[in-house]
Amino acid sequence: MSEEVISTDAVIVGAGPCGLFAIFELGLLDIKCHVVDILDRPGGQCAELYPEKPIYDIPALPIVTGSELTHRLLEQAKPFKPEYHFNQMVTELRKLEDGKFELKTDGGIVFHAKVVVIAAGGGSFQPKKPPIPGIDAYEGQSVFYSVKKMEALRGRDILIVGGGDSALDWTLNLQPIANSLTLLHRRDDFRAAPDSVKKMRELVAAGKMQLKLGQVTGLTGDNGVLASAQVKGTDGNFDIAANAMLPFFGLTMKLGPVAEWGLNLHENLVPVDTAKFETSTQGIFAIGDINTYPGKLKLILSGFHEAALMAQEAFHHIHPGERLLFQYTTSSSSLQKKLGVA
Amino acid sequence: MAKITFIQHNGTEQTVDGQAGMTVMETAVKNMVPGIDADCGGACACATCHVYVEPGWLEKTGPRNPMEEDMLDFAFDVRDESRLSCQIKVSDVLDGLRVRVPEKQF
Repeated sequence: MSEEVISTDAVIVGAGPCGLFAIFELGLLDIKCHVVDILDRPGGQCAELYPEKPIYDIPALPIVTGSELTHRLLEQAKPFKPEYHFNQMVTELRKLEDGKFELKTDGGIVFHAKVVVIAAGGGSFQPKKPPIPGIDAYEGQSVFYSVKKMEALRGRDILIVGGGDSALDWTLNLQPIANSLTLLHRRDDFRAAPDSVKKMRELVAAGKMQLKLGQVTGLTGDNGVLASAQVKGTDGNFDIAANAMLPFFGLTMKLGPVAEWGLNLHENLVPVDTAKFETSTQGIFAIGDINTYPGKLKLILSGFHEAALMAQEAFHHIHPGERLLFQYTTSSSSLQKKLGVA
Repeated sequence: MAKITFIQHNGTEQTVDGQAGMTVMETAVKNMVPGIDADCGGACACATCHVYVEPGWLEKTGPRNPMEEDMLDFAFDVRDESRLSCQIKVSDVLDGLRVRVPEKQF
């Protein structure tokens, strides 16, 4: 397989608030960034966990929601024309002989970067796996936490579990190609978009799929091939025959591949120094919730500060021996030019 | 002040002092009670502080709020006595409260 390599100054792993602000700080120093995130949109925890919840401790913003903060950070980073790569998990990071870093994603993108900024928060968001006894044995063959290829599910007896948008979207998408489809949810109330729920109920009314209420307690099958799921319903137990099951219970944060990049770790966090926010590998930085140092506070504002100091050292790493003139955006015409305001 | 007892899946119990105004989740985290992950830090956004309220206490803890009901969709083995402990505020009325921690906050 021929892989196209993207060469850039910096790759930022994570498009949460700290990763987004790092684009700005690096941009002021003419460092061009590519940003990779496992989610399908920017914002990190602000997008996934609390888009509508207010944050009260961002300096000068007495109250701001996670989604508005994300939106403002994207605006602030815009002049630097960052390139975003969503739905991608950085799986490999290694140092090349020429001192650059090679990063590979699970989607097949390869980067060569002069510096790497790990702004991965609590790690990568990954689908929650329900603790149903023996579920591991079916994963990949009969149990799927995401749909990579719809065709793999054609003609199967599909059981979808959950009540959010993922569960409903896949119910509607897979129903036409499934042999049979059952949606199982713990209550007759859905968080998903009302329009999707309406369409699902229409399919049920037309006899094209089934809706059941309850929770999966066990699975039976053979050699990784699922035969049926045991369900505890509100009025007793029953079985659902299925040879494919898709549980959609939201996402959880796992440190993920960061642990395999040869960096020193301390309790699943990346230790850094507080002058450069550099990891145990020169040229690889860690900012935001994923790093640790004496006195660390997991606050967005700490991550912003870390991004600013990190950018200084990233500049020196990219331009060894070059003097960096400290400038203010309020007065420097060269910075204002970069921001597109001069 | 209210004494709150957390009962682990294996039956071990831990009784800690809860302060009025704090949540049961915060009380658990402050006292390093195992099994209360509270990934989102109390925003009712993750369902990893799921507990089962022991019989007799459900009336005092009150019912789930709608946001909590939605969020419980992300929990495993949800029962009638399921609550998210970040949504239970400690008060004197809850002195003696007993909650069970699930085997796993998945």
